[in-house]
Amino acid sequence: MERRAFYRNPVLPWLLIGPQLLLVLVFFYWPTSQALYWAFTLEQPWGGGNSWVWLDNFIAIFRDREYWATVVRSAFYAMCTTGLSMAVALFLACFVDRSLKGTKLFQSVYVWPYAIAAPAAGVAFRFIFAPQSGIIGSINQIWPGIWDPSTNGVHALAMIIICHAWLGIGYNFIFFLAALQMIPRSITEAGAMDGARPLRRMFDLQLPLIAPTVFFLLIMNLISSFTDSFGLIDTMTEGGPVGSTEVMVYRLFIDGFRGLDYSGAAAQSIVLMLLVIALTFVQFKWVEKRVHYN
Amino acid sequence: MAAISFSGVKKRYQKNDVIHGVDVEIEAGEFVVILGPSGCGKSTLLRMIAGLEEISEGTIAIDGTVVNALEPRERGCAMVFQNYALYPHMSVRQNIGYALKVAGMPKGEREAKVLKVAKSVSLDPYLDRKPGELSGGQRQRVAMARAMVREPKVFLFDEPFSNLDAKLRVAMRAEVRNLHRSLGVTSVFVTHDQTEAMTLADRLIVMNSGFVEQVGKPSEVYHHPASLFVADFIGSPAMNLVRGFFGEDGYFRHGKGGMIGLPGLAKAHLSREVSIGFRPELVRRVDAGHKGAIAAVVDYTEELGASRLVYARADGSPIIAVDGGNDPLATGMPVHFALSESDIHVFDHSNGRRVDHDGRPVRATTSVSA
Repeated sequence: MERRAFYRNPVLPWLLIGPQLLLVLVFFYWPTSQALYWAFTLEQPWGGGNSWVWLDNFIAIFRDREYWATVVRSAFYAMCTTGLSMAVALFLACFVDRSLKGTKLFQSVYVWPYAIAAPAAGVAFRFIFAPQSGIIGSINQIWPGIWDPSTNGVHALAMIIICHAWLGIGYNFIFFLAALQMIPRSITEAGAMDGARPLRRMFDLQLPLIAPTVFFLLIMNLISSFTDSFGLIDTMTEGGPVGSTEVMVYRLFIDGFRGLDYSGAAAQSIVLMLLVIALTFVQFKWVEKRVHYN
Repeated sequence: MAAISFSGVKKRYQKNDVIHGVDVEIEAGEFVVILGPSGCGKSTLLRMIAGLEEISEGTIAIDGTVVNALEPRERGCAMVFQNYALYPHMSVRQNIGYALKVAGMPKGEREAKVLKVAKSVSLDPYLDRKPGELSGGQRQRVAMARAMVREPKVFLFDEPFSNLDAKLRVAMRAEVRNLHRSLGVTSVFVTHDQTEAMTLADRLIVMNSGFVEQVGKPSEVYHHPASLFVADFIGSPAMNLVRGFFGEDGYFRHGKGGMIGLPGLAKAHLSREVSIGFRPELVRRVDAGHKGAIAAVVDYTEELGASRLVYARADGSPIIAVDGGNDPLATGMPVHFALSESDIHVFDHSNGRRVDHDGRPVRATTSVSA
């Protein structure tokens, strides 16, 4: 079923795809090619020429133990964020799918956080989690010093993970709900007749049937947690305390724009890009292979 | 085996009543078919037994226990769904065994039981297939096996054959009937197909727009329809229904000046508007000179092979007759029919209920505990 449109005017198709093409070229291919060039050269901080160094930049970052610590932290961050966000979204979607009271309202309410820009959410959460005055900080009045993300690295990382997960819940929720509603009602009813309680039905019947969606969201969330965490970290902790919230995307920003090591930062961004490309590839390869039930 | 009893069962969606108070007793081991046109509430009633639909008012009791507040799994019912509702990601074996697995039965025992049930519906060669790899009839069998394996107190069937072709439907009908004979489990079967209903049922519950029109044995419902609706709904071709009234002279007046002499019936039904009903197969074709013959004009005929249906019109009232003759009958030709008074049903037009020939009205659920 291939459909093609033919244009008599050879200029018209280019005009039609022009705006999009321009955007992609200016904001993706041009910066990417620049980063690639930088990654293989050594740029002087004050400008004035650069020299080709082959893989030296990559070797330098891979030899850096601190960089590997960042990679491990990023992986941990990605898993926690994805797991938390998807689990909460699935839980909520299951409730809305069972059409409890107020379903219509929740359907829209849960989606809102997705529309909030990361830095804005970061600022809001900084207040919520502030140890001196925030809502969560008020537990310090009961047990002084139990919560302090400004000095405790674990607290700081947890804070950002929670915030990132919260931002993604809306997006995950829509996809989960749509997938759950595609399952014929009678299948869950048959499960109920067979004696399975709601939680059991979720694991035995609903989850396997929405597996393609789960996989899609898993990849999307992983990608998002590798790349979108910048806005949150920059507004909430700036990578601190003592680098405990420094993930890959934030470290490359620090190295490049604070440390003025453009070449090292470019190499890091290429590594990050390859990671995202790999995830996307897996996504395409697998999702198309999944069996879809009707 | 378990008895099911409905008392004052109502179903309300927001403010709309869809079931208006059902009082029926189903005996233990009985095969009951709920029959009615689509949207009459028959599936809703079944789902209320299963626990998939809340009971707005009244009570349903299974084996004497009121089940209104019980979850589906606590009611001891197994259900065969209209679209089978098989678990698409599980093999036939897993589908059948799921209820046992949930109940925590050990694996060996479970496998043995699944195999036994699968054999009884000749599914054993397909145990490792997925539902998507089965034919419609096989899926239907899996759905039945899944219900049987739990050894439930009650079987519920929600129009289970509506996706099968005509031949398979007849075969499955026999299978369900045999299943019931051998297991003896109380069964409630919902359908809109009257042939299916008549052949399967020990007793029929005929429903129309949320009301129970009649409860009774298939032959009872056929020969003594309790209302105009039942008279019209049961039987193919449908019963002839002619609207009119009886005069003191013993004649039934209908249509454009039509008169049928029914002196034996007239007295009981004076002074009310009625419809008389008679089965097409009980209408006899007679010669013009026959005493009390009804003169009619042929509209058209339908050949059935063994017999034919004659669609005719007597003074404006349509009459269908089953005719065994093979003389040529063309549109516009005159024909003459005769009726026996004993074959005629009379329905009061003000409420649509049957009136017996002694003049007494008939209640909806005449034979509830017959």
